[in-house]
Amino acid sequence: MKLGIVISEGPYTHQAADTAYQFVKSALAKGHEVPRVFFYHDGVNVSTRLSVPPQDERNIQKNWTALAKEHEIDLVVCIAAAQRRGLLDENEAKRQGKDANNIAEGFRISGLGQLIEMGIQTDRLVTFGD
Amino acid sequence: MSETKKFLYVNRKAPYGTIYALESLEVVLIGAAFEQDVTLAFLDDGVFQLAKGQNTDGIGVKNFSPTFRALGDYDVTKLYVEQESLAERGLTQDDLQEIMYEDEDDDWEEKPSIRIVSRAEMADIMADQDVVLSF
Amino acid sequence: MSTLHTVNKSPFANQSLLSCLGHCKNGDAVLMIEDAVYGALAGSGVAEAVKAHAGTVSIYVLSEDAAARGIADDRLLSEITGIGYDGFVDLVATHDRTQNWL
Repeated sequence: MKLGIVISEGPYTHQAADTAYQFVKSALAKGHEVPRVFFYHDGVNVSTRLSVPPQDERNIQKNWTALAKEHEIDLVVCIAAAQRRGLLDENEAKRQGKDANNIAEGFRISGLGQLIEMGIQTDRLVTFGD
Repeated sequence: MSETKKFLYVNRKAPYGTIYALESLEVVLIGAAFEQDVTLAFLDDGVFQLAKGQNTDGIGVKNFSPTFRALGDYDVTKLYVEQESLAERGLTQDDLQEIMYEDEDDDWEEKPSIRIVSRAEMADIMADQDVVLSF
Repeated sequence: MSTLHTVNKSPFANQSLLSCLGHCKNGDAVLMIEDAVYGALAGSGVAEAVKAHAGTVSIYVLSEDAAARGIADDRLLSEITGIGYDGFVDLVATHDRTQNWL
């Protein structure tokens, strides 16, 4: 079965990104497909490669990057939510005249249409938020 | 894209204190382009999103409540509001802004988009969907 | 046709759990995750409200979240079933839709 995932709260403050990670790992292990995870609201903050959590804590961004690489999951960060919160990839940084970008490997910035498309193309949609 | 699914947007949070109401509306507007069967549900504190007379001048935040009145232009014409949620908050339909759409199947007659439903009816609406997005 | 409802808030902080239960149809399932697991405690102020729905709705608690919060199985309402992330995935797959009460 194809499962679409929405993460709508930021890392570390809320458990949403952790619960989603455990859920997706279980789903993949059971043979389900997770073609895409969509990051919305403060969930977009998961995608920054500049976070430096203490070494004895999980690194939420790196966990997602690794899982996405292993299972070819499309990690999509909502562009409107990302721009509000200072998340930029190289192209967006150039376009907006900013001097830095911060999107981690495995994540890509795109539009809200990707969320609707995920709802259309998957069998189930599960949202993790607060 | 030939497949049409029933999309329900569930709004249970008040506007301005958090961004959920605004960013929910942004999804609805973008989603309209996909020509799916779209329904909006307002219950619990979500009913406050539709309150009339919102004036955000003093808080320095954009007033997005007029956008609800434009939803008809996007063919988003089903806004279900839960009666019990209104009553619990001391509100009636008169406290909500008027949102109309032109019914293309009925000689473009103007009709209200907001429909007040009971909690049991809301549960039926929720159970009739393919995709439920909660904000 | 049935729905899996997930709730992630403590019922002592807001109305999400009670609102969810009030909108369930017969045959639906409710899964308490994250802080909602406190809603599964026996003898709490919401226990009666939860039990009142247990006849028509299947109620589950995510065991990993209960364990993380120091809630032992014997503190849970007997009407509630503990499941893991595997069980969570199965519930999503076996119900027609998932509604998340954020």
